[in-house]
Amino acid sequence: MNRLKHITALILMFLILWQSLVTFGDLPAFLLPPPSKVAQTLWHSRALLAEHAIVTGLEVLLGLVLGASIGAVTAVWLTASQLARHFVRPLLVFSQTIPVFALAPLLTLWLGYGLLSKVAMALLIIFFPVTSAFFDALMRTPAGWMEQARVMGGSYWRVMWLIRIPAALPGFASGLRLAAVYAPIGAIIGEWVGASKGLGYLMLLANGRAKIDLMFAALIVLAVFTLILHVVVDKGCQKLTRNHT
Amino acid sequence: MGFGTWASPHDAGLSAPPGLYLSGTAKIGETLIFGPVIFEALPGQWTCLLGPSGVGKSTLLRLFAGLGEAVTLDGTFGGKDGTSLSNCVALMAQEDLLMPWLDLRQNVTLGARIRGTRPDFAKAETLLARVGLEAHIHKRPSELSGGQRQRVALARTLMEDRPVVLLDEPFSALDARTRAEMQDLAAETLAGRTVLHVTHDPGEAARLGHQILVMTETGITDIPAPATSIPRMYDSTETLDLQGQLHRLLMERR
Repeated sequence: MNRLKHITALILMFLILWQSLVTFGDLPAFLLPPPSKVAQTLWHSRALLAEHAIVTGLEVLLGLVLGASIGAVTAVWLTASQLARHFVRPLLVFSQTIPVFALAPLLTLWLGYGLLSKVAMALLIIFFPVTSAFFDALMRTPAGWMEQARVMGGSYWRVMWLIRIPAALPGFASGLRLAAVYAPIGAIIGEWVGASKGLGYLMLLANGRAKIDLMFAALIVLAVFTLILHVVVDKGCQKLTRNHT
Repeated sequence: MGFGTWASPHDAGLSAPPGLYLSGTAKIGETLIFGPVIFEALPGQWTCLLGPSGVGKSTLLRLFAGLGEAVTLDGTFGGKDGTSLSNCVALMAQEDLLMPWLDLRQNVTLGARIRGTRPDFAKAETLLARVGLEAHIHKRPSELSGGQRQRVALARTLMEDRPVVLLDEPFSALDARTRAEMQDLAAETLAGRTVLHVTHDPGEAARLGHQILVMTETGITDIPAPATSIPRMYDSTETLDLQGQLHRLLMERR
């Protein structure tokens, strides 16, 4: 309850600051529209915004699910195979020297203007943090647990499934928390490079037509979506790791 | 409890637990860990290996646990009379090593689950009751005290039902009262098995050892223990005399 009050107060302060910038800064509406105007656009264009938000949301969610799954499987693979650690891991680290944003035009070229190239962007941007955080945690299973498991005569994959993976879930969760914040960035960049739908596309379109109020409205929708995603993923992560202390 | 398998200690007659034997010098890389020593633990008896930190007691125990791949032993070790020790050893360490995300029942049956066999929950509950935790079977380790958690570890060790039990200072982090209670409980529940108990506490060795081996930098000495049953009373003259004698040995032999 207290937290809700804090957030409301923060938003209110932000709005007041915004409005006073417009009023006293004497800024023209095509540079910074007043909050009232943006609110109006939010309401009037709600159908348009929703249509594009659904597309971006889908891209983000698909990218998140795929990126987290592929990242998790990769982390387990790296843990299990020394060969993979020797050959694939340096490759993964090296791949991070290429900014994912630089790949966006290429992905659009290869995968087209549709959903796929944006899902790929979101996936690529979250794959590394998820893999890296989960893999590090998997490699740090407490030695005592592993020894106990060996004396008990546990099979490799059962020990992996029943001890190492559960023990590494806090690491996976911290990767996932990062991913929830990064995934929308990937989708939006993908949309900027080439798309016919989505909030990123709408923002560019509105900008080109000097509809700055619509651009702000799209930005607000995106921010709210990212915030909700963050909260949901965070709650999920808390649930995942609630028994780890 | 099939014929020929090591069942509960009450059925100790069914199959005799093996004794343990080791002779030689142990190194990790070029560093001498212990030796040359000759070590023998009698079958079905409680053997305390008493010594200060850093003389290689734990390394010796880990060899029997099958955890000694980093150790080069110039010599031989294993079950007395050449018995293989694979799959007949249970280990209880200083840390309880309970999985925080599992409840007590699941923790006690962990061994069966990682071996891919069906966990016997009824037996787990019986053993948890035996260590006095019947009211807590659905709790998680974090809801228990340190002493209670070590009881769960003991129940898990009993659940493994192995003829040889290796105890690596399992009670050393407990307070004096809890420690004495755990010693009583362990002596009662592990009776009939071959127990190798590594400890640095002369009082503990005096209470629990059928056989007491003092390990120092100069080697292993067998100290005759009274032929009384264990656990010996912590405040009996017999125990206190022995404790003093062991303590003196630890101070002198270096």
